[in-house]
Amino acid sequence: MTEKKTTAAQRDGTDWQPRIVAFLCNWCSYAGADLAGMSRNDYPAAIKIVRLPCSGRVDPMFVLKSFERGADMVLVSGCHPGDCHYSSGNYHARRKLPAFRELLGFMGIDPRRFKISWVSAAEGNKWSSLVADITEEAYALGPFQEFPKCTAPEKTG
Amino acid sequence: MHRTGENRMNATPVEESLREAAAGAIADGTVGVVIGYGHEAGSDVATPLFARTPEQARGLVFDATCVGNLAIYLPKPEVRALGRTGLVVKGCDLRAVNVLLREHVIEREDVFLIGVRCAGVCEPPLHKCTVCPVHDPSGCDVTLGDSVEQPTADASRANALVAEMEAKSIEERWEFWKRQMTKCVRCYACRQVCPLCYCKRCIVEKTTPQWVETSPHLRGNLAWNVVRAFHLTGRCVGCGECERVCPVDIPLGLLNQKMAGLMEQWFDFQSGLAPDEQAPFTTWDPNDPEEGIL
Repeated sequence: MTEKKTTAAQRDGTDWQPRIVAFLCNWCSYAGADLAGMSRNDYPAAIKIVRLPCSGRVDPMFVLKSFERGADMVLVSGCHPGDCHYSSGNYHARRKLPAFRELLGFMGIDPRRFKISWVSAAEGNKWSSLVADITEEAYALGPFQEFPKCTAPEKTG
Repeated sequence: MHRTGENRMNATPVEESLREAAAGAIADGTVGVVIGYGHEAGSDVATPLFARTPEQARGLVFDATCVGNLAIYLPKPEVRALGRTGLVVKGCDLRAVNVLLREHVIEREDVFLIGVRCAGVCEPPLHKCTVCPVHDPSGCDVTLGDSVEQPTADASRANALVAEMEAKSIEERWEFWKRQMTKCVRCYACRQVCPLCYCKRCIVEKTTPQWVETSPHLRGNLAWNVVRAFHLTGRCVGCGECERVCPVDIPLGLLNQKMAGLMEQWFDFQSGLAPDEQAPFTTWDPNDPEEGIL
Protein backbone atom coordinates (compact mmCIF):
# COMPACT_ATOMS: atom_id res chain seq x y z
CA MET A 1 0.00 0.00 0.00
CA THR A 2 2.86 2.36 0.76
CA GLU A 3 4.12 1.39 -2.66
CA LYS A 4 0.81 2.35 -4.30
CA LYS A 5 0.89 5.76 -2.66
CA THR A 6 4.40 6.46 -3.87
CA THR A 7 3.57 5.56 -7.45
CA ALA A 8 0.48 7.79 -7.39
CA ALA A 9 2.47 10.71 -6.02
CA GLN A 10 5.20 10.17 -8.55
CA ARG A 11 2.68 10.00 -11.33
CA ASP A 12 1.35 13.35 -10.16
CA GLY A 13 4.84 14.80 -10.05
CA THR A 14 4.10 16.48 -6.70
CA ASP A 15 4.20 15.47 -3.08
CA TRP A 16 0.47 16.21 -2.71
CA GLN A 17 -1.43 13.79 -0.50
CA PRO A 18 -5.21 13.60 -0.37
CA ARG A 19 -7.02 14.39 2.86
CA ILE A 20 -9.84 12.00 3.60
CA VAL A 21 -12.15 12.69 6.53
CA ALA A 22 -13.88 9.58 7.87
CA PHE A 23 -16.86 9.60 10.21
CA LEU A 24 -16.97 6.20 11.89
CA CYS A 25 -19.56 4.72 14.16
CA ASN A 26 -18.24 3.84 17.57
CA TRP A 27 -19.58 0.30 17.61
CA CYS A 28 -18.59 -1.27 14.30
CA SER A 29 -16.43 0.73 11.94
CA TYR A 30 -14.28 2.36 14.60
CA ALA A 31 -13.74 -1.03 16.19
CA GLY A 32 -13.00 -2.42 12.73
CA ALA A 33 -10.35 0.26 12.20
CA ASP A 34 -9.00 -0.56 15.65
CA LEU A 35 -8.80 -4.21 14.71
CA ALA A 36 -6.94 -3.30 11.53
CA GLY A 37 -4.42 -1.45 13.69
CA MET A 38 -4.12 -4.24 16.23
CA SER A 39 -3.66 -6.73 13.41
CA ARG A 40 -0.78 -4.56 12.16
CA ASN A 41 -2.51 -4.03 8.84
CA ASP A 42 -0.85 -1.34 6.82
CA TYR A 43 -3.06 1.30 5.24
CA PRO A 44 -2.56 4.86 3.95
CA ALA A 45 -2.36 7.65 6.50
CA ALA A 46 -4.41 10.01 4.30
CA ILE A 47 -7.49 9.15 6.31
CA LYS A 48 -8.44 11.23 9.36
CA ILE A 49 -10.94 9.50 11.60
CA VAL A 50 -13.70 11.18 13.59
CA ARG A 51 -15.49 8.86 15.99
CA LEU A 52 -19.25 9.27 16.33
CA PRO A 53 -21.81 7.21 18.23
CA CYS A 54 -23.58 6.07 15.06
CA SER A 55 -23.66 6.56 11.30
CA GLY A 56 -27.16 7.90 11.88
CA ARG A 57 -25.54 10.76 13.80
CA VAL A 58 -23.91 12.06 10.62
CA ASP A 59 -25.53 15.32 9.65
CA PRO A 60 -24.90 16.19 6.00
CA MET A 61 -23.47 19.44 7.34
CA PHE A 62 -20.49 17.42 8.65
CA VAL A 63 -19.76 16.39 5.09
CA LEU A 64 -20.16 19.87 3.68
CA LYS A 65 -18.02 21.38 6.44
CA SER A 66 -15.26 18.86 5.75
CA PHE A 67 -15.21 19.86 2.10
CA GLU A 68 -15.23 23.54 3.02
CA ARG A 69 -12.20 23.01 5.24
CA GLY A 70 -10.23 21.25 2.55
CA ALA A 71 -11.13 17.56 2.61
CA ASP A 72 -10.61 15.86 -0.74
CA MET A 73 -12.91 13.00 0.14
CA VAL A 74 -15.34 12.19 2.93
CA LEU A 75 -16.20 8.71 4.14
CA VAL A 76 -19.05 7.72 6.41
CA SER A 77 -18.89 4.19 7.76
CA GLY A 78 -21.22 2.35 10.07
CA CYS A 79 -22.51 -1.05 11.07
CA HIS A 80 -23.96 -3.39 8.48
CA PRO A 81 -27.75 -3.12 8.16
CA GLY A 82 -29.33 -5.09 10.97
CA ASP A 83 -26.32 -4.67 13.27
CA CYS A 84 -26.88 -1.14 14.53
CA HIS A 85 -26.19 -0.74 18.23
CA TYR A 86 -29.24 1.55 18.35
CA SER A 87 -31.21 -0.82 16.10
CA SER A 88 -32.04 1.63 13.30
CA GLY A 89 -29.44 4.41 13.10
CA ASN A 90 -27.74 2.98 10.03
CA TYR A 91 -31.10 2.41 8.32
CA HIS A 92 -31.77 6.12 8.67
CA ALA A 93 -28.28 6.90 7.39
CA ARG A 94 -28.94 4.62 4.42
CA ARG A 95 -31.84 6.84 3.37
CA LYS A 96 -30.38 10.24 4.20
CA LEU A 97 -26.79 10.04 3.05
CA PRO A 98 -27.26 8.64 -0.48
CA ALA A 99 -29.94 11.31 -1.01
CA PHE A 100 -27.44 13.92 0.08
CA ARG A 101 -24.91 12.52 -2.35
CA GLU A 102 -27.48 12.88 -5.13
CA LEU A 103 -27.98 16.51 -4.18
CA LEU A 104 -24.22 17.14 -4.28
CA GLY A 105 -23.99 15.53 -7.70
CA PHE A 106 -26.91 17.57 -8.98
CA MET A 107 -25.11 20.72 -7.92
CA GLY A 108 -21.97 19.67 -9.72
CA ILE A 109 -19.96 18.42 -6.77
CA ASP A 110 -18.37 15.12 -7.73
CA PRO A 111 -20.34 12.43 -5.86
CA ARG A 112 -17.31 10.13 -6.01
CA ARG A 113 -15.80 12.31 -3.29
CA PHE A 114 -18.42 11.19 -0.79
CA LYS A 115 -18.19 7.53 0.23
CA ILE A 116 -20.47 5.45 2.39
CA SER A 117 -19.51 2.01 3.67
CA TRP A 118 -20.45 -0.66 6.17
CA VAL A 119 -17.52 -2.09 8.11
CA SER A 120 -18.12 -4.37 11.08
CA ALA A 121 -15.94 -4.73 14.17
CA ALA A 122 -14.60 -8.00 12.75
CA GLU A 123 -13.70 -6.56 9.36
CA GLY A 124 -10.25 -5.15 10.02
CA ASN A 125 -9.10 -6.44 6.67
CA LYS A 126 -12.06 -4.89 4.85
CA TRP A 127 -11.22 -1.59 6.54
CA SER A 128 -7.58 -1.55 5.47
CA SER A 129 -8.32 -2.54 1.89
CA LEU A 130 -11.21 -0.05 1.73
CA VAL A 131 -8.96 2.78 2.87
CA ALA A 132 -6.29 1.73 0.37
CA ASP A 133 -8.86 1.70 -2.44
CA ILE A 134 -10.47 5.04 -1.70
CA THR A 135 -7.08 6.67 -1.12
CA GLU A 136 -6.03 5.48 -4.54
CA GLU A 137 -9.26 6.91 -5.97
CA ALA A 138 -8.65 10.21 -4.14
CA TYR A 139 -5.23 10.40 -5.78
CA ALA A 140 -6.83 9.80 -9.15
CA LEU A 141 -9.48 12.49 -8.54
CA GLY A 142 -6.82 14.98 -7.46
CA PRO A 143 -7.18 17.90 -5.07
CA PHE A 144 -10.74 19.09 -4.46
CA GLN A 145 -10.25 22.80 -4.83
CA GLU A 146 -13.70 23.99 -5.84
CA PHE A 147 -15.02 24.26 -2.32
CA PRO A 148 -12.18 25.73 -0.29
CA LYS A 149 -11.34 28.05 -3.17
CA CYS A 150 -14.70 29.75 -3.40
CA THR A 151 -14.26 31.71 -0.17
CA ALA A 152 -14.76 35.37 0.54
CA PRO A 153 -13.73 37.91 -2.07
CA GLU A 154 -10.05 38.90 -1.97
CA LYS A 155 -9.29 40.57 1.31
CA THR A 156 -7.93 44.06 1.06
CA GLY A 157 -5.47 45.55 3.53
CA MET B 1 -54.29 51.73 -0.35
CA HIS B 2 -56.57 48.84 0.47
CA ARG B 3 -59.11 48.21 -2.16
CA THR B 4 -61.84 46.20 -0.56
CA GLY B 5 -63.95 43.70 -2.39
CA GLU B 6 -67.00 45.88 -1.97
CA ASN B 7 -65.49 48.22 -4.51
CA ARG B 8 -64.61 45.43 -6.86
CA MET B 9 -67.22 45.01 -9.52
CA ASN B 10 -68.46 41.69 -10.79
CA ALA B 11 -67.45 39.24 -8.10
CA THR B 12 -67.29 35.78 -9.65
CA PRO B 13 -69.58 33.02 -8.33
CA VAL B 14 -66.60 31.43 -6.57
CA GLU B 15 -65.79 34.70 -4.86
CA GLU B 16 -69.41 35.12 -3.80
CA SER B 17 -69.49 31.68 -2.19
CA LEU B 18 -66.02 32.26 -0.69
CA ARG B 19 -67.11 35.52 0.92
CA GLU B 20 -70.29 33.91 2.17
CA ALA B 21 -68.47 30.93 3.69
CA ALA B 22 -65.85 33.16 5.32
CA ALA B 23 -68.36 35.69 6.65
CA GLY B 24 -70.50 32.86 8.02
CA ALA B 25 -67.58 31.20 9.80
CA ILE B 26 -66.55 34.49 11.37
CA ALA B 27 -70.11 35.47 12.31
CA ASP B 28 -70.91 32.19 14.07
CA GLY B 29 -67.60 32.17 15.93
CA THR B 30 -66.19 29.12 14.17
CA VAL B 31 -63.01 31.07 13.50
CA GLY B 32 -61.35 34.20 14.82
CA VAL B 33 -59.86 35.14 11.48
CA VAL B 34 -60.05 34.06 7.87
CA ILE B 35 -56.84 34.40 5.93
CA GLY B 36 -57.43 34.65 2.21
CA TYR B 37 -56.50 36.74 -0.78
CA GLY B 38 -57.34 40.37 -1.38
CA HIS B 39 -56.53 42.91 -4.02
CA GLU B 40 -54.21 45.79 -3.43
CA ALA B 41 -53.69 48.55 -5.96
CA GLY B 42 -50.27 48.40 -7.53
CA SER B 43 -49.64 44.72 -6.79
CA ASP B 44 -49.88 42.30 -9.67
CA VAL B 45 -50.37 39.36 -7.33
CA ALA B 46 -53.14 39.05 -4.78
CA THR B 47 -52.02 40.05 -1.29
CA PRO B 48 -52.94 38.25 1.94
CA LEU B 49 -56.15 39.46 3.53
CA PHE B 50 -56.91 38.89 7.20
CA ALA B 51 -60.66 39.09 7.67
CA ARG B 52 -61.78 39.37 11.28
CA THR B 53 -65.29 40.64 10.68
CA PRO B 54 -67.94 39.50 8.17
CA GLU B 55 -67.59 42.92 6.49
CA GLN B 56 -63.87 42.44 5.98
CA ALA B 57 -64.61 39.05 4.44
CA ARG B 58 -66.36 40.94 1.62
CA GLY B 59 -62.85 41.83 0.41
CA LEU B 60 -61.85 38.26 -0.34
CA VAL B 61 -61.04 37.47 -3.95
CA PHE B 62 -60.04 34.38 -5.87
CA ASP B 63 -58.55 34.60 -9.34
CA ALA B 64 -55.43 33.86 -11.34
CA THR B 65 -53.38 36.31 -9.28
CA CYS B 66 -53.80 34.24 -6.08
CA VAL B 67 -50.33 32.75 -6.29
CA GLY B 68 -49.10 32.93 -2.71
CA ASN B 69 -49.15 30.05 -0.25
CA LEU B 70 -51.00 31.26 2.83
CA ALA B 71 -50.15 28.18 4.89
CA ILE B 72 -47.07 30.16 5.96
CA TYR B 73 -49.24 31.95 8.55
CA LEU B 74 -50.54 28.86 10.35
CA PRO B 75 -47.63 28.17 12.74
CA LYS B 76 -47.08 31.83 13.67
CA PRO B 77 -47.95 32.59 17.32
CA GLU B 78 -49.18 36.11 16.48
CA VAL B 79 -51.68 34.58 14.04
CA ARG B 80 -52.75 31.85 16.42
CA ALA B 81 -53.43 34.53 19.03
CA LEU B 82 -56.29 35.74 16.81
CA GLY B 83 -58.22 32.56 17.53
CA ARG B 84 -58.94 29.55 15.39
CA THR B 85 -57.64 30.20 11.90
CA GLY B 86 -59.76 29.95 8.77
CA LEU B 87 -57.54 29.49 5.76
CA VAL B 88 -58.31 29.75 2.06
CA VAL B 89 -56.36 26.98 0.33
CA LYS B 90 -55.74 25.86 -3.21
CA GLY B 91 -54.72 22.25 -3.74
CA CYS B 92 -51.01 23.09 -3.58
CA ASP B 93 -51.47 25.08 -0.37
CA LEU B 94 -53.39 22.18 1.15
CA ARG B 95 -50.34 19.99 0.60
CA ALA B 96 -48.32 22.37 2.78
CA VAL B 97 -51.06 22.27 5.43
CA ASN B 98 -50.93 18.47 5.31
CA VAL B 99 -47.20 18.54 6.04
CA LEU B 100 -47.75 20.91 8.97
CA LEU B 101 -50.40 18.50 10.28
CA ARG B 102 -48.19 15.46 9.78
CA GLU B 103 -45.36 17.19 11.64
CA HIS B 104 -47.77 18.22 14.42
CA VAL B 105 -46.92 21.89 14.05
CA ILE B 106 -50.65 22.47 13.99
CA GLU B 107 -53.51 20.17 14.81
CA ARG B 108 -56.55 19.70 12.59
CA GLU B 109 -58.93 21.35 15.04
CA ASP B 110 -56.77 24.52 15.04
CA VAL B 111 -57.71 25.27 11.46
CA PHE B 112 -60.85 25.69 9.40
CA LEU B 113 -59.94 24.97 5.81
CA ILE B 114 -61.80 26.66 2.99
CA GLY B 115 -60.66 24.78 -0.09
CA VAL B 116 -61.06 26.30 -3.53
CA ARG B 117 -60.85 24.12 -6.61
CA CYS B 118 -58.21 25.55 -8.88
CA ALA B 119 -57.06 24.65 -12.36
CA GLY B 120 -53.92 26.73 -12.05
CA VAL B 121 -52.92 30.30 -11.35
CA CYS B 122 -51.10 32.91 -13.44
CA GLU B 123 -51.28 33.50 -17.17
CA PRO B 124 -49.68 31.41 -18.63
CA PRO B 125 -50.06 28.81 -15.83
CA LEU B 126 -47.01 28.19 -13.66
CA HIS B 127 -44.98 25.02 -14.17
CA LYS B 128 -46.24 23.71 -10.81
CA CYS B 129 -49.83 24.18 -11.98
CA THR B 130 -49.34 22.29 -15.22
CA VAL B 131 -48.13 19.24 -13.26
CA CYS B 132 -50.28 19.75 -10.14
CA PRO B 133 -51.77 16.50 -8.78
CA VAL B 134 -54.36 18.21 -6.52
CA HIS B 135 -56.57 20.57 -8.47
CA ASP B 136 -59.37 19.51 -6.16
CA PRO B 137 -58.41 19.94 -2.48
CA SER B 138 -59.91 17.12 -0.42
CA GLY B 139 -60.29 16.96 3.34
CA CYS B 140 -61.23 20.63 3.75
CA ASP B 141 -64.09 21.80 5.94
CA VAL B 142 -65.68 23.55 2.97
CA THR B 143 -64.78 23.11 -0.68
CA LEU B 144 -65.86 25.71 -3.20
CA GLY B 145 -65.76 26.24 -6.91
CA ASP B 146 -66.73 24.28 -9.97
CA SER B 147 -65.19 20.87 -10.35
CA VAL B 148 -61.91 20.94 -12.22
CA GLU B 149 -60.66 18.25 -14.52
CA GLN B 150 -57.61 16.54 -13.06
CA PRO B 151 -55.09 15.71 -15.77
CA THR B 152 -53.37 12.36 -15.40
CA ALA B 153 -49.98 12.58 -13.78
CA ASP B 154 -47.10 12.80 -16.21
CA ALA B 155 -43.85 12.19 -14.34
CA SER B 156 -41.67 12.94 -17.35
CA ARG B 157 -43.24 16.39 -17.70
CA ALA B 158 -42.94 17.05 -13.98
CA ASN B 159 -39.26 16.16 -14.05
CA ALA B 160 -38.43 17.74 -17.40
CA LEU B 161 -36.38 20.58 -15.91
CA VAL B 162 -34.46 18.24 -13.63
CA ALA B 163 -33.76 15.84 -16.49
CA GLU B 164 -32.44 18.71 -18.57
CA MET B 165 -29.99 19.63 -15.83
CA GLU B 166 -28.96 16.02 -15.30
CA ALA B 167 -28.18 15.65 -18.98
CA LYS B 168 -25.33 18.13 -18.51
CA SER B 169 -21.85 17.07 -17.47
CA ILE B 170 -20.82 17.49 -13.87
CA GLU B 171 -18.52 20.39 -14.81
CA GLU B 172 -21.36 22.19 -16.60
CA ARG B 173 -23.61 21.67 -13.60
CA TRP B 174 -20.96 23.09 -11.27
CA GLU B 175 -20.49 26.12 -13.52
CA PHE B 176 -24.25 26.63 -13.67
CA TRP B 177 -24.78 26.51 -9.91
CA LYS B 178 -21.64 28.51 -9.24
CA ARG B 179 -23.04 31.28 -11.43
CA GLN B 180 -26.43 31.05 -9.74
CA MET B 181 -25.17 30.87 -6.17
CA THR B 182 -22.74 33.76 -6.63
CA LYS B 183 -25.81 35.96 -7.06
CA CYS B 184 -27.28 35.03 -3.68
CA VAL B 185 -27.40 37.97 -1.28
CA ARG B 186 -28.47 35.85 1.70
CA CYS B 187 -31.67 37.78 2.28
CA TYR B 188 -33.28 34.46 3.33
CA ALA B 189 -36.50 35.44 1.58
CA CYS B 190 -36.70 31.79 0.43
CA ARG B 191 -36.79 30.74 4.05
CA GLN B 192 -39.16 33.45 5.24
CA VAL B 193 -41.77 32.59 2.61
CA CYS B 194 -41.54 28.81 2.96
CA PRO B 195 -44.50 27.37 4.88
CA LEU B 196 -42.31 24.47 6.03
CA CYS B 197 -39.35 26.57 7.28
CA TYR B 198 -40.95 27.12 10.66
CA CYS B 199 -37.96 26.39 12.94
CA LYS B 200 -37.83 28.92 15.75
CA ARG B 201 -34.08 28.98 15.34
CA CYS B 202 -32.70 28.26 11.89
CA ILE B 203 -29.36 26.51 11.46
CA VAL B 204 -27.89 29.62 9.79
CA GLU B 205 -28.50 31.54 12.98
CA LYS B 206 -26.63 29.01 15.08
CA THR B 207 -23.14 30.28 15.76
CA THR B 208 -21.59 27.77 18.15
CA PRO B 209 -20.49 26.14 15.96
CA GLN B 210 -21.22 28.18 12.89
CA TRP B 211 -22.39 25.56 10.41
CA VAL B 212 -23.18 27.92 7.60
CA GLU B 213 -20.93 30.87 6.83
CA THR B 214 -23.19 33.91 6.87
CA SER B 215 -21.32 36.30 4.60
CA PRO B 216 -22.61 36.27 1.02
CA HIS B 217 -19.71 34.61 -0.75
CA LEU B 218 -20.02 31.56 -2.93
CA ARG B 219 -18.92 29.01 -0.33
CA GLY B 220 -21.40 30.19 2.29
CA ASN B 221 -24.12 30.61 -0.33
CA LEU B 222 -23.62 27.04 -1.50
CA ALA B 223 -23.76 25.74 2.05
CA TRP B 224 -26.95 27.68 2.75
CA ASN B 225 -28.72 26.53 -0.38
CA VAL B 226 -27.61 22.92 0.04
CA VAL B 227 -28.84 22.84 3.62
CA ARG B 228 -32.11 24.55 2.66
CA ALA B 229 -32.77 22.03 -0.08
CA PHE B 230 -31.85 19.10 2.14
CA HIS B 231 -33.97 20.21 5.09
CA LEU B 232 -36.91 20.26 2.68
CA THR B 233 -36.18 16.86 1.16
CA GLY B 234 -39.22 14.65 1.55
CA ARG B 235 -41.13 17.65 2.90
CA CYS B 236 -41.23 20.26 0.12
CA VAL B 237 -44.60 20.30 -1.61
CA GLY B 238 -43.36 22.27 -4.61
CA CYS B 239 -45.42 25.41 -4.08
CA GLY B 240 -42.57 27.34 -5.71
CA GLU B 241 -42.77 30.32 -3.38
CA CYS B 242 -39.01 30.31 -2.69
CA GLU B 243 -38.24 30.70 -6.36
CA ARG B 244 -40.93 33.34 -6.84
CA VAL B 245 -39.64 35.60 -4.08
CA CYS B 246 -35.92 35.18 -4.82
CA PRO B 247 -34.78 38.72 -5.65
CA VAL B 248 -31.89 37.46 -7.78
CA ASP B 249 -33.84 34.70 -9.55
CA ILE B 250 -31.93 31.63 -8.41
CA PRO B 251 -33.86 28.58 -9.67
CA LEU B 252 -34.41 27.17 -6.18
CA GLY B 253 -37.41 25.21 -7.36
CA LEU B 254 -35.09 23.10 -9.46
CA LEU B 255 -33.24 21.86 -6.37
CA ASN B 256 -36.53 21.10 -4.66
CA GLN B 257 -37.87 19.30 -7.71
CA LYS B 258 -34.72 17.20 -7.89
CA MET B 259 -35.12 16.04 -4.32
CA ALA B 260 -38.88 15.56 -4.59
CA GLY B 261 -38.33 13.47 -7.73
CA LEU B 262 -35.77 11.40 -5.87
CA MET B 263 -38.17 10.70 -3.02
CA GLU B 264 -40.78 9.60 -5.52
CA GLN B 265 -38.33 7.41 -7.39
CA TRP B 266 -36.75 5.78 -4.32
CA PHE B 267 -39.61 5.66 -1.86
CA ASP B 268 -42.69 6.18 -4.03
CA PHE B 269 -43.46 9.21 -1.90
CA GLN B 270 -45.06 12.53 -2.74
CA SER B 271 -45.13 15.01 0.09
CA GLY B 272 -48.35 16.53 1.41
CA LEU B 273 -50.95 14.37 -0.28
CA ALA B 274 -52.40 13.26 3.07
CA PRO B 275 -52.09 14.52 6.64
CA ASP B 276 -51.19 11.09 8.03
CA GLU B 277 -48.42 10.07 5.63
CA GLN B 278 -44.98 9.00 6.84
CA ALA B 279 -42.12 11.13 5.55
CA PRO B 280 -39.26 9.09 4.02
CA PHE B 281 -36.61 10.44 6.39
CA THR B 282 -38.63 9.65 9.49
CA THR B 283 -38.82 5.97 8.75
CA TRP B 284 -36.86 3.17 7.07
CA ASP B 285 -37.23 -0.20 5.50
CA PRO B 286 -34.84 -3.15 5.82
CA ASN B 287 -35.14 -3.57 2.05
CA ASP B 288 -34.02 -0.05 1.19
CA PRO B 289 -31.59 0.13 -1.75
CA GLU B 290 -27.92 -0.45 -1.01
CA GLU B 291 -26.58 1.08 -4.19
CA GLY B 292 -23.38 3.03 -3.95
CA ILE B 293 -22.54 1.77 -0.47
CA LEU B 294 -19.13 0.13 -0.17
